[in-house]
This record gives sequence, structure tokens and C-alpha cells, in this order.
Amino acid sequence: MRRRRDVARESAAAMRPVAAAREPLMAACVVVAVLFAAMVLALVGADAWYLIRHGNGPADLLRSLSRPGIRQAVVLSLTTSLCSLALTLATSLPLGYLLSRQRFPGRALLSTLVDVPIVVPPVVIGISLLAFFGSGLGVAVRAGLGRVGLSMVSGLGIVLCQYLVSVPYAIRAAAAAFDEVDRELEAVAMVLGCSRWRAFRGVTLPLARNGLLAGGVMAWARALGVFGPIMAFVGTGPRVQVMPTCVWLELSVGNIDVALTLALVMLGLSGAALALVHALAPGRSWT
Amino acid sequence: MTAALTLEQLCVRAGSFCLGPLDLTLAAGDYLVVMGATGAGKSLLIKAICGLLRPSSGRVWVDGREVTGLPPRERRVGYVPQSAALFPHLSVARNITFGAWAAGRDEAAALAQSAPVLAVLGLEPLLERRPATLSGGERQKVALARALCTTPRLLVLDEPVSALDEPSRRSVCAALRDLHVRIGMTTLHVCHSLEEARAVAHRLGIIAAGQWAWCGAMAAIDSAPPAHPAARRLLGLD
Repeated sequence: MRRRRDVARESAAAMRPVAAAREPLMAACVVVAVLFAAMVLALVGADAWYLIRHGNGPADLLRSLSRPGIRQAVVLSLTTSLCSLALTLATSLPLGYLLSRQRFPGRALLSTLVDVPIVVPPVVIGISLLAFFGSGLGVAVRAGLGRVGLSMVSGLGIVLCQYLVSVPYAIRAAAAAFDEVDRELEAVAMVLGCSRWRAFRGVTLPLARNGLLAGGVMAWARALGVFGPIMAFVGTGPRVQVMPTCVWLELSVGNIDVALTLALVMLGLSGAALALVHALAPGRSWT
Repeated sequence: MTAALTLEQLCVRAGSFCLGPLDLTLAAGDYLVVMGATGAGKSLLIKAICGLLRPSSGRVWVDGREVTGLPPRERRVGYVPQSAALFPHLSVARNITFGAWAAGRDEAAALAQSAPVLAVLGLEPLLERRPATLSGGERQKVALARALCTTPRLLVLDEPVSALDEPSRRSVCAALRDLHVRIGMTTLHVCHSLEEARAVAHRLGIIAAGQWAWCGAMAAIDSAPPAHPAARRLLGLD
């Protein structure tokens, strides 16, 4: 009887966060969570605090952002990251679906290759791009692009860097989103008269939509912050500066105010993207 | 008269397990219940008939047409899985007319044509609801209406009432019996319960280890009980 009361009490405690926090294990977890949240908030707040302390009001921040070089970096960042998002979605949907639905020879190898850009240091991707376009097939590709007036030291190279860094996250998110959709629904749709493509369009895609969108937004936020590969492969020429490289350049010449202003813009965009991910991702919420 | 379903030496492999070779003929309007222990091969049989699994050998005929190599959508088979598998993002009405959407037909017209079936199943008040708001019995009835809305030549039911409570089970079985009397749809129904089988079918087949252990008229179960040990065990005769 007593034990049953204890169990009931424990269950009730598990449902009340404040009571749960009195348990030693949960209390330790809560302390770590609070410290972690404080660390992230302190880093974000430090940018804003530095600017305020040095007399930068909203008008000064806007003036910094309206400088031609900075404005161009913001615009180039947004346009290239959206282009890379389009490429990312065009890759992650079919690859995510394939990894989720099919067992085939070489699947483990493909799955490993998808993860390669996640585990290698980002700058290595830039160096690999340099090596690829510096020899063999890459030279031919570059020559072909040159004939139609395109160069890798442009938005094209930036999109390539952003795409290679962000696409694995979108593929993993897409595969997870498709895994969530019961295969029997597709089977029933096909018996009801759908081709595989129509079953995908009418059943799988709508049911996986939120997970796919969340993966896309996450990949876009990742693309927006790509730095190392762009530095290594595209460089920091005046026409190819994106927000992350611009922050670094401004810092290197002592313009901390401008660098921090850009950092705040990137934080704001990433924060908005994260809020969207939380709103869209299945099973996620703020509570 | 053309048989509604013919299986000719049908074999289906799944790993080391092999279903068959099985022969079966269902005349139009027959209602066959297939029983068998877990792992006997009932689900493989259903998937092979629906075209969701490719048989390793043998042939399947539906309504006089060989469908062995055809994709599921061209077989004119209605399928109701155990879970009902309703599309959660669509209303009950759009679930029912999904087959019409798949075929590019007018969904409103398809719903109107299904009115007699909807009336028998009592689904009219539920048409605007989402599957998540339905009871288990209601979900199975919607799945049944959805399968029938495609005017199939054969209805295949995979344990449609196994996951339901007793009142829902009785309600769905009554609806199946009623529909069969009115429409005369040839039906192959997989279940685990002889009581359920007696409530709906007039033919019974028992599968054991991928082979027919017994197949005949429901009435013959009492007059000439099966001799196969697995069939006797399943029916509680041993």
C-alpha cells in the first residue's frame, strides 16, 4: 500500500517540473540546462551589450548596415543561401526518400558519403574544391563555365560551398521525415490506384512536409553561416563577400562595431530560422 | 462462370520462409475466411494478391484476368489492412474518394455513387471528420468504404477487427455481413477467430506453414472436422 503511494507520488512529481527539480538527478540536469542556456544567452547578449556600451544606437547600427560593402554582403548572403537551399531541396528529397524506403547494395556506403561533409572540418571542403577545380575534370568544368561567362570566384562558387556544407543536414532531416510516414499508407494508396509517384505526391509528401520544411530551414541557416570553405575556395574579393567573410574582414581591420552589427543580423536570421524549425518539426514544441 | 480469384501454384518467398505452392478458386460472391497461426503466411498471401509482393512462381487471376505481373493499381482489388491505414491528413470523405482522385475521376461523383455503402456503414455523419477523431470501429468502416469506392472485383481484408474492442468488432462484422448480402462482393478475409469467421463467411481456409491445411465450406467444419494437427489446434479441437 505504502509502495503504491510512493509510486503515485513519483508519477505526480514527474508531471510537476518544480517538484521534479527537487530530485537530485533532475536537479543536476536542471542546473546544467540553466548554465547552458545562460552561456548561449550571454554570448548573444554580449554582442548587443558591446554595441550599446560603445554608444551605438539603432540608428548607428542601421548606418553600419547601409554601407555599400556591408549591404552587398547581406544581399549576396541571402541570394546565394536561397540558391543553395533550392539545390539542397532538389537533392535531399530524392536521396532522403531513397535512404528511407529502399534497401539496396551500396546503401551503407551512400549513407556514409552523405555524412562525410558533416564530419570533415568545413575548411577541408574548400580545399577539396580547390584541388578538384585545379586538375582534370574540374579544369574542364571551369573552362566550360568560362566559355559561358561564369567563374567559380563568384556567387556560383559561394553557392557550391554553402550547398556542400548544408546538404547532408537536409538529407538526414528528409530521411527522418519520410521514416515517420507509415509505409502501409503508401501500399494502400497504390492498391487504391496510385502509381508510386502519385502515392508519393498525395500521401508521403504531405505527411512528411513539416519535417522536410524544418530540414530545409535548418540547412538554409547552416548555409548562411558557411565561412571556411568560402574563404579557401572563393576568397574575400570585394564582389564575393558574404556576411561571415565580411565579419572576419571587418574584425581584421579593427571595425568591431560593424562586425558585431553583422553578427547580430546573422543571429537574428538564425534565431528566426530556429523558431520556424521548432514550429514545423514534428514532435517539437517550446513546452 | 468466371472465377473472381484464382491462385495457380502460387509461391511467395520471404527470407527463408516460403508460402505455397497454393491453389485456390473463389467464385464471384464467395466469402472466404483464411485463418492461420502467426507466421503461417496469411499476410504474404494478401500482399501477393494485392501486388505488393512479387510471387517467386505461380499465377494470380482476378475476375478472369491474369494480374501476376501487374502493379497493384491495375489489379482492381480492394484492400483493408488491420490498422485501417487511413490517410491522417485527409477528411473521411476524401479518404473514401481517394481511389477516384488516384484515377483522376470526379471525387464528388464518386462519393455520391458510394452513398448506398455509406448508408449501410453509417458513415454519412462522419464525412467531414479527420481520421484521428474516429473510434477504431469507425476507422475500419471508413477503410472498408474507401476500398469499395474503387468498385473492386475482389475485396481483401487483413484482420480488420483484430484490434477492436468487442462492441466495435460485432458492429464491423455485422456491417461486413450486411454489405456482402447487398453487394455480393467476392471477399477474402484473414482473421484469427473462428467465431468471427462464422459470423461473416461461408468458406474457410486454414494455412499452416505456408500450405493449405484445410479448405472447404464453413458448414463442413462441424460435419467433417479437419485432420491436420495445426488446423485442429487452431480451431481448438485438440
